[in-house]
Amino acid sequence: MGSQGGFYQSKEFLDLVKSIGEARSKAEEDRIVLNEIETLKRRISEPDIPKRKMKEYIIRLVYIEMLGHDASFGYIHAVKMTHDDSLLVKRTGYLAVTLFLNEDHDLIILIVNTIQKDLKSDNYLVVCAALNAVCKLINEETIPAVLPQVMELLAHPKEAVRKKAIMALHRFYQKSPSSVSHLVSNFRKRLCDNDPGVMGATLCPLFELIARDVNSYKDLVISFVSILKQVAERRLSKAYDCHQMPAPFIQIKLLKILALLGSGDKQASENMYTVVGDIFRKCDSSSNIGNAVLYECICCVSSIYPNPKLLESAADVISRFLKSDSHNLKYMGIDALGRLIKISPEIAEQHQLAVIDCLEDPDDTLKRKTFELLYKMTKSTNVEVIVDRMIDYMISISDNHYKTEIASRCVELAEQFAPSNQWFIQTMNRVFEHAGDLVNIKVAHSLMRLIAEGFGEDDDNADSKLRSSAVESYLRILGEPKLPSVFLQVICWVLGEYGTADGMFSASDITGKLCDVAEAYSNDETVKAYATTALMKIYAFEIAARRKVDMLPECQSLMEELLASHSTDLQQRAYELQAVIGLDAHAVDCIMPSDASCEDIEVDRDLSFLNDYIQEAIEKGAQPYIPESERSGMLNISNFRNQDHHEASSHGLRFEAYELPKPAVQSRIPQALIASTEIVPVPEPMYPRESYQTTMPSIPSDAGSAELKLRLEGVQKKWGRPTYTPATSTSNSTSQKTVNGTSQGDGASTVSSMRETYDSRKPQVEVSHEKQKLAASLFGGSSKTEKRPATGHKAAKASSHMVEKSHVPKSSMEVASDKAASAQQPPDLLDLGEPTATSTALQLDPFKQLEGLLDTTEVASAVNGAPAASISPDIMALYVDTAAGIHNKNDADLLSGLSNPSVTNMPGTTAMPQVTQSSSKRPNPKDSLEKDALVRQMGVNPSSQNPNLFKDLLG
Amino acid sequence: MIKAVMVMNTQGKSRLAKFYEYLSVEKQQELIRGVFSVLCSRAENVSNFIDAESIFGLDSRLVYKHFATLYFVFVFDSSENELAVLDLIQVFVETLDKCFQNVCELDIVFNYSKIHTILDEMVFGGQVVETSSSEIMKAVEEISKCFLSPFLLSCVKMHVDDVRFSTFALFLIRINR
Repeated sequence: MGSQGGFYQSKEFLDLVKSIGEARSKAEEDRIVLNEIETLKRRISEPDIPKRKMKEYIIRLVYIEMLGHDASFGYIHAVKMTHDDSLLVKRTGYLAVTLFLNEDHDLIILIVNTIQKDLKSDNYLVVCAALNAVCKLINEETIPAVLPQVMELLAHPKEAVRKKAIMALHRFYQKSPSSVSHLVSNFRKRLCDNDPGVMGATLCPLFELIARDVNSYKDLVISFVSILKQVAERRLSKAYDCHQMPAPFIQIKLLKILALLGSGDKQASENMYTVVGDIFRKCDSSSNIGNAVLYECICCVSSIYPNPKLLESAADVISRFLKSDSHNLKYMGIDALGRLIKISPEIAEQHQLAVIDCLEDPDDTLKRKTFELLYKMTKSTNVEVIVDRMIDYMISISDNHYKTEIASRCVELAEQFAPSNQWFIQTMNRVFEHAGDLVNIKVAHSLMRLIAEGFGEDDDNADSKLRSSAVESYLRILGEPKLPSVFLQVICWVLGEYGTADGMFSASDITGKLCDVAEAYSNDETVKAYATTALMKIYAFEIAARRKVDMLPECQSLMEELLASHSTDLQQRAYELQAVIGLDAHAVDCIMPSDASCEDIEVDRDLSFLNDYIQEAIEKGAQPYIPESERSGMLNISNFRNQDHHEASSHGLRFEAYELPKPAVQSRIPQALIASTEIVPVPEPMYPRESYQTTMPSIPSDAGSAELKLRLEGVQKKWGRPTYTPATSTSNSTSQKTVNGTSQGDGASTVSSMRETYDSRKPQVEVSHEKQKLAASLFGGSSKTEKRPATGHKAAKASSHMVEKSHVPKSSMEVASDKAASAQQPPDLLDLGEPTATSTALQLDPFKQLEGLLDTTEVASAVNGAPAASISPDIMALYVDTAAGIHNKNDADLLSGLSNPSVTNMPGTTAMPQVTQSSSKRPNPKDSLEKDALVRQMGVNPSSQNPNLFKDLLG
Repeated sequence: MIKAVMVMNTQGKSRLAKFYEYLSVEKQQELIRGVFSVLCSRAENVSNFIDAESIFGLDSRLVYKHFATLYFVFVFDSSENELAVLDLIQVFVETLDKCFQNVCELDIVFNYSKIHTILDEMVFGGQVVETSSSEIMKAVEEISKCFLSPFLLSCVKMHVDDVRFSTFALFLIRINR
């Protein structure tokens, strides 16, 4: 009993626990608990229960609820207990309410008052108990009720109370940042608290604040560094030690904060180098907590402006982690490797065998982490091996959540790095076959699009080969039972579009298969719809080719069945099929041209063909069109009506409620409207007015052209193949270019340094041949890497393809202001059409831009293409130096870029300022992918690179 | 931030469950079952970390440690460090061990509210506030000391002069420690 102190429980409770423990089945346990609930219900409502007894009942209630039973009948008693004078009873009450109630519960209102009182108590233990409840039970509405008391407690003489008051304030901030936004400066103040525990507690809210807004806390870098230094040098009392580490949680938080503050900021980072280096040296690597701090150091080093010495120490620690026998440390090592690999890619080389060991480890957690690492280091050279492994693993697991994730990763990698179309189709088939229902439908759409558009190769021959191989593989796969719906949709579409295109299969082959599909998956209406439309296409092509069409009997019956379908969609498709079959060749060719799925259907949104008519009308005295933005509220709907009139194709029914008519601004209302409002006092938008309808189709408004631009981007933004990206420079969005900007240099270094180390790695420890092979395929840049010129060419070709594409909508936009058009279509872009010219231009021009930013010495070394990687951090630093100045510089740069059209088009020129933004965020796995994609597209050949340059620049 | 602390035995019975964001009882049970089904399928000698995103949603990690018949489980987000949390579990168990001399599963069940008190001293509002087991012990003892204080106070008030009564009071205090 002595050891149990005030937490004594009665024999009854012990018996209950015992009998539950001995219960043989869930049913028996439930019976015991229900019994107990009955007993408690009876007893708890008896009058005059001694406090001690009551306390025990409440504990029993908590216990019951933990076992998953409803104890809500006792909540009110728990609330009552919080009013008690005795500390222990009160504490039990608070414990129970924090476990029972949520912040929106009705009973909270009864507790707030007690909490307010207790926060003012003389007994600090009561205050602590109340603060504990504050954290859990106070919501946005009740924050103001307790906020003044909590603020007072920030200056409480007891450090335990100050600490908890800070946490409570932090919690308020998490729940409703706006309600305490004026108080966040208190966290800064408390950072200087005499008590290290309180200071440590402030780091939690500060970490969150800094993560949201780095720049306003840059001034604290020096303080954080000096605190970390003192902690690491064991200046704190032994009471803060945890397993012989001085205040490890404080160190970890500080390192996390420094990582945020130093990200992309050379000046701030330089302040941190010494202390992080010291921790690397001194930290005890034999304990868990020591390794935790070391791991945090690596995270910090990989986030701040790189320092070669620290990177070296980080690499040492990583190799120690990976060599360790502990799975925990291996896990941390793999994670750390994934972070560091972005800065020094060559580090992966040393650990390739360790990584492969982890990949084959029975531990699932470790395996997944390793796949994450592989995902981050995927390049065009190793994509086949990695995606293959990923799919194998995906097939082997049953966890749907992770399956989805890994499937989408496979798709992403395949889209970005596919070495050949054949491989891409096969990979997608495997993904769809095994995780078809889990992948996003968009993936299916983009696969169809890929097959339709091809890879942008020179000759159509390759595209048609791709299509026939797809058709062939799909016909084979159709034999397998139970295919996912999404996959079937793709199959049906492709068969319909290209099934008979190459003449290998006859129409009856394909239509037979399609009917089989519709029959076998008769519950799936979407698949049926796809199959019907595919049938229609096949027959249409047959008719257009002036071949005799014999409808298979099963098709006939399918069509008849669908004609009477309950689904209107299916019915319509069936009727369309019926109608198409009855048409002659010429008509069919018009409505269903062969292989025209990628042709844009032109919708002239500006209605430019009406221009003459409008001109005429205006000359005759009609009112000109008033842009939507200049009209007052009610016009919202009349606008809708007008659209109804002229653009029947572009809208559906509106289901949302009509907007309330806003008070009309008289001065702005055109004459016609004023006239009509005189007649109808309350503006009634429901009545169509002639005056509006005539004014509507006028010269395209600004809004209209903006819309067009948007659509343009939609067309340009080809999924998948990153080779398309240069074309995005047609639009004014810089975000796309940013990516190119970052990757432009780094990507080059990735590849080149990989090669460098690949050679030096040759004298290898003897390992099993298979592993070595795997390692080589994962890490080594084997000779097949050198497809580069080809890919560069491809890229250029692709972009020329893009340019053509972007022309299409232009025609419909001619009326739009010339200015917009010229901005979108700088003359240079057309040059992209000539592959050879482009690749050289792409190589050189970014550096022209660099010259303006860099010292001449650095530029001299930069001319060579690849070494730009090592400088790119410098460029970043240039921008970050004055955090506030970023925007101005950004603007200036954009302007200068625009004034020189030859530069504007180059990805990565105007985009530099945003480099800092992206790097200040958490490491983004996409970056590394895009880097490599860019290298390919730029056609930068790594062999031209001089390794010594790196040393000079980094050293 | 720490999202949840759970203690369960190797049969999947929950021994302690504390969620730092409110969850309904049903949801809590579902999570506990989810965690247990993952835990019991883990082999020996593997890492103590589990990818918990499929159970707890995005940005959640899980660290567990197996002692005798109990699993100690902490769930948290990316603002904490896995190894450090593993160490925190160690501190928690060490503290329990100091409190109960050779802690076992039954101690945890029978001293339900005390376990909560210990945990509250370590983790407050989802943040780690104390990592030294002796400091935690001190704080917990301070709270238990108050157990009899109202009673003692009334004794002292009534019989200020009665020496015997104050000796009795002192005796009570001593046995309660």
